[in-house]
Amino acid sequence: MTKGQAISLQKNDGGSLTAVRMGLGWQAAPRRGLFGSRTREIDLDASAVLFADKQPVDVVFFRHLVSDDGSVRHTGDNLVGGVGQGGDDEAILVDLSRVPVHVDQIVFTVNSFTGQTFQEVQNAFCRLVDETNGQELARYTLAGGGQYTAQIMAKVHRSGPGWTMTALGNPANGRTFQDLMPAILPVL
Amino acid sequence: MTAELVRGQNHPLSQVRLEIRISAGTPIVAAAALSDENGRIRGVEWVAHPGAPTQPGLEVSRQAAADHRLAVDLDAVPEAVHRVGVLLALPSGGPGPARFGAVAAPFVAVTGLDGGEIASYTITGLDTESAVVALELYRRQGAWKVRAIGQGYAGGLAELLTDQGLPQARQLAGGIDDAVARGLARSVQAPPPRTADGDRSRQAAAPALGPDQGGTAPQGVPPMSPYGGQTPGAPGQPAPQPSAYSPGAPDPSAVTQPNVPTAGGGPIDYSHPRRRNAAPPPPAPTAPPAAPGQPAQPVAGDATGWSMDERLYNQVWGMFEDLARTTAAYRSAVDFAESRMDKELEQLLSDPRSRIGGQGDAAREAARARHAQLVAQAREVLDRDLAQLMAEAEVVEPALPPAYARWDNPVWHAYRVPMEIPMALRLGDLHLPEADRIRIPMLVRLPLERGLWIDSGRTASSDGSLTDGHAMGRLAMETAVAHAARLLAVYPAGDFTVHVIDPAGSGAQPLAPLVQTGVLAAPPAVGAAGVADALARLTQRVDLVQMAVRGGAADSLPPGFDTSQQLLIVNDFPHGFDDRAVNQLRYLADEGPAFGVHLMMVADREESSAYGPLLDPLWRSLLRLTPVADDHLADPWVGHAWTYEPSLVPPGSQVLQQVLTQVAAARTKYM
Repeated sequence: MTKGQAISLQKNDGGSLTAVRMGLGWQAAPRRGLFGSRTREIDLDASAVLFADKQPVDVVFFRHLVSDDGSVRHTGDNLVGGVGQGGDDEAILVDLSRVPVHVDQIVFTVNSFTGQTFQEVQNAFCRLVDETNGQELARYTLAGGGQYTAQIMAKVHRSGPGWTMTALGNPANGRTFQDLMPAILPVL
Repeated sequence: MTAELVRGQNHPLSQVRLEIRISAGTPIVAAAALSDENGRIRGVEWVAHPGAPTQPGLEVSRQAAADHRLAVDLDAVPEAVHRVGVLLALPSGGPGPARFGAVAAPFVAVTGLDGGEIASYTITGLDTESAVVALELYRRQGAWKVRAIGQGYAGGLAELLTDQGLPQARQLAGGIDDAVARGLARSVQAPPPRTADGDRSRQAAAPALGPDQGGTAPQGVPPMSPYGGQTPGAPGQPAPQPSAYSPGAPDPSAVTQPNVPTAGGGPIDYSHPRRRNAAPPPPAPTAPPAAPGQPAQPVAGDATGWSMDERLYNQVWGMFEDLARTTAAYRSAVDFAESRMDKELEQLLSDPRSRIGGQGDAAREAARARHAQLVAQAREVLDRDLAQLMAEAEVVEPALPPAYARWDNPVWHAYRVPMEIPMALRLGDLHLPEADRIRIPMLVRLPLERGLWIDSGRTASSDGSLTDGHAMGRLAMETAVAHAARLLAVYPAGDFTVHVIDPAGSGAQPLAPLVQTGVLAAPPAVGAAGVADALARLTQRVDLVQMAVRGGAADSLPPGFDTSQQLLIVNDFPHGFDDRAVNQLRYLADEGPAFGVHLMMVADREESSAYGPLLDPLWRSLLRLTPVADDHLADPWVGHAWTYEPSLVPPGSQVLQQVLTQVAAARTKYM
């Protein structure tokens, strides 16, 4: 999947996908020298913003792990990242069948809470997975991605009876999702 | 209160007829050995083991099993005996594990014949040992005490018995092995005949087990047996009973009689009825796979947990969360639809073009239609979810054990005094206006963490018919009595004590069920003197327990000290209270819950307004409940205002009296 590409979350047999996961993984800052513990930790955060007609109605991030309606769940804040090339260090799960009827778009973002740009973060990736079969729908390598501290990853939006996912990958700057709002609105 | 012993620790025994309950995750051999003042076993006739299960004062089971109950009568052991050792060993030569390090830590409890645990000990830190001295009951200055030993032997029973000075140690160990092997062979035979009684004791031991799985327990094969292939009845295990608590089936929580091994009739149940920390939990009943496009059929107990109690608790909380969230989705959609319509109508008003002709009307109509359509969609989703939750509530409600059930649930008519504290207690029902027909049981964990305040004051949503203070006060007291009766009923006999302060005697009529059945510790305290006396006693109690706990000397409480949970019902506060009494009450509210003393205030906050903000912390520390329906409780996820209704006895029902009569009878037996 490449930037701007849209894929329908309808299965070929007519059934639609019911669950997607946005996974975020990165490698903890290497510890150097004698006072290794003094090296700065890297904290990336994944967030999801629920929009109804371009109005944000709910947001799932490390301070609010479950959307009020229960359809979007964050697996919990990871402050330091993983040890290697491993799996997702943070994940957001979306149960599309439970998303409230007025919510028509869900935007996924990644922020560097500790302020390092993606150039300084090692092995950082972000991916979207079809949770029903584990298939990876989109994957971005964030590491070496330039002087940015945030990225607007992708959006999942209603189309007809089902949902469509559009890969965005727009770079932005900000500490939390609030800072990204001006950058999100144009992509809705 | 159970003393949880650590290795080497001792605890006094006030009774001489005891039961030793052992549970391990794997079949083990349990034996008991008598020894003299030098710690020496004088002969083989001093060891009760599977080959010779009965010796004077001792009885052990004939087989290896994951759960054992040994009977000990310390009055019947020979005079020369100074110690009774409880020995555990892994069966040798079988397919099972050969070292205790490879199995879950065995748990041993000493209980009275009423089933109350006196002391317990989890034997940790074992490794290559295959036999262990778990506990020792010993004479000390004319009385008996129990000590946690945990001494293991890598050389098995032979080495253990040799160490205890038994000359024929090796032969005896061999004999025990033979007997165990024979016992295992026996257990492969057909399942034992099951009488109604047998059924009940089995269910008490493992409420959620399928009948055949549990039925093998008396034969010495544990539910999760490594000898699974030999287990009779293992093939074709029936689905676990989903409605283990349904009124038709024998009610597991209703069993009161400890299954004393010597009791005549019915198979002996060696499985541990209370502690299931070693064996993995039986599988939860799960919903059968749904037909495509159809929601799954709900099943009671379809949640995680180690016991049916816990599974139902988790299921109820799951339903609570689901209802809160699906309603949040609906409300959010409706709010959005309304604000969108308002905005669109406003735009039409400010647009000069729309004022001419029918254009504006059509646009207004379109805006309203969009609103109606979105609301209808949201309603459809909500109705789908509510139908599912309703179906779930319909199977869950009848399956609830007494502690979780409404008073009108038939399970209360089959009530028996329980042997253990349930996980939680139902304080009432919760519902939301969108889902008026779904009542979520409001379950709070036991022991209570906060006191209760039954508000006899005017409530925001009372409709005026009950604003008469007197009627409200009476209703509040009736509610308090229903809650107190439920607490008394769900605790084992003697584990919960209720005191009442009713200074003016105005609560006499609602209190009658408690007073007449004799479940109260003392008659309700009246007058200022009664108030002072009752408060002083409970304050002193909290003081004492606090000192003992903080000093690390919980054992040093005076003998005969009543260790049960205490509830103080205070009616008509602040009537009859002076400043000293108010201070004592605040002390009890602050310090009591941690030391087993709880308040239940039946009060109208207005009446104590003379104290000003002084009492605000008191009210805040209590969980406010109302005697009538009132929407003052918020859920922890979204914060909806839920309408609370207390759990009251249906008018004209005698169930409260019947239940309390049983509680009173059990208390007399216990005392």
